[in-house]
Amino acid sequence: MPQAREQNDRTVPAVRELVEDFLYQEAALLDQWRLDEWLTLFTADGRYLVPTTDLPDGDPRKDLVFIDDDMVRLRARVERLKSRHGHREYPSSRTRRFITNIIIKVAGDGMVVTSSFLIYRFRLGESSPYVGWYEHKLKQVDGQLKIHHRKAVLDMEALSEHGAVSIIL
Amino acid sequence: MLDLDRMIIDKPEDGIFRIHRSAMTSPEILQMEQERIFNKSWLYVCHESEVENPGDYRRRSVAGRPLFFVRGNDGKVRVLLNTCTHRGALICRHDQGHADILQCFYHAWSFNNHGDLVGVPDEAGYGHSFNKAEMGLKSPPRVENYRGFIFVSFNPEVEDLVSYLAGAREYLDLVVDQAEHGMRIIAGSNRYSIKANWKLLVENSLDGYHVRPTHKTYFEYVNSLGINTSGVQTAFSRPARVLGNGHAVEEHDGVRGRPIARWSPLFGEENKEEIAAIRTRLVQKFGEQRAHLMTDISRNLLVYPNLLIIDSIDITVRIFWPITPDLMEVTAWQLAPREEKPELLARRLDNFLTFHGPGGFATPDDVEAIESCQAGYRAEGVEWSELSRGMHREAIAEDELQLRAFWRQWYGHMSGLGKVETNDPEIRQTVALAR
Repeated sequence: MPQAREQNDRTVPAVRELVEDFLYQEAALLDQWRLDEWLTLFTADGRYLVPTTDLPDGDPRKDLVFIDDDMVRLRARVERLKSRHGHREYPSSRTRRFITNIIIKVAGDGMVVTSSFLIYRFRLGESSPYVGWYEHKLKQVDGQLKIHHRKAVLDMEALSEHGAVSIIL
Repeated sequence: MLDLDRMIIDKPEDGIFRIHRSAMTSPEILQMEQERIFNKSWLYVCHESEVENPGDYRRRSVAGRPLFFVRGNDGKVRVLLNTCTHRGALICRHDQGHADILQCFYHAWSFNNHGDLVGVPDEAGYGHSFNKAEMGLKSPPRVENYRGFIFVSFNPEVEDLVSYLAGAREYLDLVVDQAEHGMRIIAGSNRYSIKANWKLLVENSLDGYHVRPTHKTYFEYVNSLGINTSGVQTAFSRPARVLGNGHAVEEHDGVRGRPIARWSPLFGEENKEEIAAIRTRLVQKFGEQRAHLMTDISRNLLVYPNLLIIDSIDITVRIFWPITPDLMEVTAWQLAPREEKPELLARRLDNFLTFHGPGGFATPDDVEAIESCQAGYRAEGVEWSELSRGMHREAIAEDELQLRAFWRQWYGHMSGLGKVETNDPEIRQTVALAR
């Protein structure tokens, strides 16, 4: 983590500033449906996990979860979201993500970042929020921050009116 | 004014079957369904594996009624109404937990995990007609367990569960017999709502006709993994099955593979040998014919009125309850053999979440489809929905015979005719297992 070591040098942005900027840029890509660009934020062995509402610690190897994507499936998910045959998101919903309460832990050659999210989704006259928290495991790859592991844990007791996790949380 | 006689047009001789769309929109119909279907039928509550150890409990809403089920220290699973016999407060206020004693927080009455009232603070305050032995937590009038699947009925007069299950029983057996040491529900459930009438999910879950057009992106994904799904073109040509009492099954060739026991690339090279070994064991135990049904054929089974068991690339157990005419709440779980190897379980779960889960590549589109139907009903100008597909031929899984079986029993209950038994050739269609 060169930035972490040099954070007293004012010419290098502090870790917090870098991480916040990274999360905000990521949120912007998702809200703007720039999904192919969003995929480039991941490492080649990246993963995206959404546990069920009743088992936030769910392990996809042995428990039921909502989403457990490696990069192959995540790319397929993006293709589906861009397709006119991905009916739940065609036409696409409008979303707006708010990310707060960012906590950063530096660990080994990367860091673990937790944050709270509030994602409003608007579609067909309906509006409802997804509320929860993210865990981003970030790594430096060729001087760029990349997502190695991304988990979105929902605080809601059920998906309720969403009926699905049809967007990328 | 509600006119039940105008709910269904059923003329097999003319190939006409129509449902009046008010069946999906009318609050009076929902009220009648509550009284004539949900208060009269057997209703699925849980699988016994959800409370493995004495003292384990979970709460669940069944037909809008708060219940909980608990394994007593005597090992027996009881289903109890979640209301204190004193003044009514909920006894079980956690979704799940473990307790020897469940205490009402309001006045601290205590019940053991058999439901017996064992503690009343300042009992001297009650007179001689107060009998603690009669004040235990109450069960619904009928509770029965069929091979691990626990059902209740709020109708004391209901026939026994096995008779009620009719032809669906053999299909439950096909599921349960896949396991050598019994089935269990995997931790983690899917809970979501659909803004549509509950009967539309019955239809959707039994409907082979929508699979290819609606789930195009799912098959594209599976194809992209190098899996040939061209067999899906003909997979749904098996005969449709009506199982009596409103139960029905949509069966299809399991071309995408089955954890028990038909290997496909969806299950990974690492499970090839294990799946072959399971198949060999089932052939030895049940013979080639029955093993073929258990291992090669996939099916969506409706246990009337609202339990779906999707025995396919995974085993999904799905239950759904009407909240209003245009809103239902759905819960789904995964069922797997207790002895299943971790690598195979991982693939099974992967298949569930890819197709049947609400974060998958298929179920969200089913939700969209039936919500879209419900939204379309608001146009009102089209009174009837058309469900005659396959009436002029021996119906196949892609036809709508399974849907008609459900609707005919629905109409029988709603109109007070009771069980549907007629000489109509389509209605008499086989109740036996597919051969």
